[in-house]
Amino acid sequence: MSSTDITINRDVHHAHEEHDHHHDQNFFEKYIFSLDHKVIAKQYLFMGIIWAFIGGFLSILFRLQLGWPEATFTFLEPILGGWVENGKLNPEFYLALVTMHGTIMVFFVLTAGLSGTFSNFLIPLQVGARDMASGFMNMLSFWIFFIASVIMFWSLFLETGPAGGGWTVYPPLSALPEAIQGSGDGMTMWLISMALFIVSQLLGGVNYITTVINLRTRGMSMTKLPLTIWAFVLTAVLGLLAFPVLLSAALLLIFDRSFGTSFFLSDIYIAGQALTNTGGSAILFQHLFWFLGHPEVYIVILPAMGLVSEVIATNARKPIFGYRAMIGSLVGIAVLSFVVWAHHMFVTGMNPFLGSVFMFLTLIIAVPSAVKVFNWIATLWRGNIRFTSAMMFAIGFVSLFISGGLTGIILGNSALDIQLHDTYFVVAHFHLVMGAAAFFGMFCGVYHWFPKMFGRMMDEKLGFVHFWFTFISVYLVFMPMHYIGIAGFPRRYYNWTGFETFNIFTDMNTFISIAAILGFTAQFIFLFNFVYSIFRGRRATENPWHSNTLEWTTPVLPGHGNWPGEIPAVYRWPYDYSKPGAAEDYIPQTVPFSQTQSSNLPNEKDFE
Amino acid sequence: MANFPVDEHNSRGGVHPLKFSLWLIIISIIMMFAAFTSAYIVRREEGNWLEFDLPNILLVNTILILLSSVTMQFAYNSATQDNIGRVKLLLLLTLGLGVAFLIGQWYAWADLVQNNIYFGGTGSNPSGSFLYVLTGVHGFHLITGLIFVLIVFLSSLKYKVHSKRLLRIQLCTVYWHFLGGLWLYLYIFLRINH
Repeated sequence: MSSTDITINRDVHHAHEEHDHHHDQNFFEKYIFSLDHKVIAKQYLFMGIIWAFIGGFLSILFRLQLGWPEATFTFLEPILGGWVENGKLNPEFYLALVTMHGTIMVFFVLTAGLSGTFSNFLIPLQVGARDMASGFMNMLSFWIFFIASVIMFWSLFLETGPAGGGWTVYPPLSALPEAIQGSGDGMTMWLISMALFIVSQLLGGVNYITTVINLRTRGMSMTKLPLTIWAFVLTAVLGLLAFPVLLSAALLLIFDRSFGTSFFLSDIYIAGQALTNTGGSAILFQHLFWFLGHPEVYIVILPAMGLVSEVIATNARKPIFGYRAMIGSLVGIAVLSFVVWAHHMFVTGMNPFLGSVFMFLTLIIAVPSAVKVFNWIATLWRGNIRFTSAMMFAIGFVSLFISGGLTGIILGNSALDIQLHDTYFVVAHFHLVMGAAAFFGMFCGVYHWFPKMFGRMMDEKLGFVHFWFTFISVYLVFMPMHYIGIAGFPRRYYNWTGFETFNIFTDMNTFISIAAILGFTAQFIFLFNFVYSIFRGRRATENPWHSNTLEWTTPVLPGHGNWPGEIPAVYRWPYDYSKPGAAEDYIPQTVPFSQTQSSNLPNEKDFE
Repeated sequence: MANFPVDEHNSRGGVHPLKFSLWLIIISIIMMFAAFTSAYIVRREEGNWLEFDLPNILLVNTILILLSSVTMQFAYNSATQDNIGRVKLLLLLTLGLGVAFLIGQWYAWADLVQNNIYFGGTGSNPSGSFLYVLTGVHGFHLITGLIFVLIVFLSSLKYKVHSKRLLRIQLCTVYWHFLGGLWLYLYIFLRINH
């Protein structure tokens, strides 16, 4: 079509590529407004890490309040200023802390930080493309995310505080500035920031899908793709279908807040005065929100699953068990994620029959999830396991996913959910299965692909220390939460000492808080390791893990365009580890069958 | 560093990546309107729903936007035949019809206000607010479409739209047909659910 002239210049362009970079690009083009997917990925990673520390710090603040409800926190005054009154945390600020912790972790860290980093970094490298389909859109995606981040960060410093209505921003609490302080300017900024965030995710997602569908290298059929790519592309599809719905809901909420419409508001009295809003439905918002909200938890966990599958196969030196079943279960989870949203709303007074339908659909998700867990364990089974830091986190992911997933079966029951709804049981469930597990997936990805990102290795010993402290403290935090949750301990309560029933759990709460502080502190080991290794780490080789996928065929520090010469062609699937008869225990995807006659299976003889 | 040109020899699936991206963007816009219209239905079932007549001018607008789809398609066909003069004329006609549609929508809003159907404030009902939101958000996307048509028109003035450079006008045609189709869906939806 329009690119005849471009095609003629193609060879020339590539020949001078490496050369051009060092001279023609200034600092801004190379590191700030870069079109290179690898630089954009690192930008997402740095932003994600910054946000993760902010989000974690907020959780420590409210854990202090929960663990030591009678204590005075005058030492926090230098940081929090007016939010600490006579040594007591302001109750509305507590709500804002919980809200911002959820928003930051779910959207800014585990959606943008996780997908943004690894989809951007790995998709072109693993499918064999020079860059994303549209580098410009990709850059735009990051910078819109950056603006969204700035607005969200700014809202933390408002005098009335950031949004305080929970990360789910249910109206009428979020719709009426009179309701709590956080529903004022903080909420407005939350909505603006999230609207930008959604635009950013859509731009990114369009790019991910297009790149995987259109720009795969020669020989890279869909069934030769690494599982990471399958996970990323399905994540992007979920985002593409779910985020516009949240945008619709946010838009209606903005109209309700600022333009006097009544989509979600009806018959509300404030200080004895009736509001003019009539005819709205607050439940409608919940439907719209959770239609995004449930796929969102899979947007968070699917990339982690993909990364973990890849790392487990590489470090167990075994082909992934049930490659097609792994793809099938990813697709199954993705499809089911759209038809289960109402299980978040069992106690909204919905028709019990409808509740059973959603319960049934929810419990079906256990099947593809169990397939995945079984396949990971079967891959580990009798493998030559190398316990690298990445592998530790991958195995930790499987452990957390099992422990958190099992309670999902309990919560998915509409009858049991009536007892457990809005207790710490729910908090424990989703923190294990999507919070901590997705974080472990992210750590696993960072440790594994660090050599390709920065050309150096991370320190393995520090990685181990980081892993064990994190792993143990995650369980110490969330296991007791199941217990107090079953006892009915409610979430989102600022102060529970006034209730006779919950007073007996004071020690337990203190224990959880200590474990949380331990876990948060351990992350500084990671931060040190990460920053130190970027500058001083041991230099990496091209393929330090002896891995099969395409990214390891690039130079140690790939330039823009990824491969200096031709893009390599692909001949085989990515999981030929420890193949009987092969010279080494791995055969990269770029090795044709004609070179591995000793190890070819009978059905592969045709390709020789 | 310039963006890497899409290597069409390496490209798969038979569709240009940008065209594929456009389809994905269209899907996300469809999801947005799916959310609005399903919210509309859910909300309507709950009662306390003000019934009123749709402004008659909406029918005229529908005909206008359908006509603009026809002119857009003819513009594309002319481009494949290298009839540059006709391309310019038809693109201009499309622009005109698009703007006329927007003005018509504005008059529809004025008509609603005259019948005391307000977007917000005292006496407003979600049934009216929804109508404003549906037409407003569609109108916003139509403006983006108009900008796209304008860009194609400007590049046709520089002889950059012809049978060997069809991608831009092709993308524009797809997007414009989508916007017309979206309006047709919204109009039929409103007719049925009113």
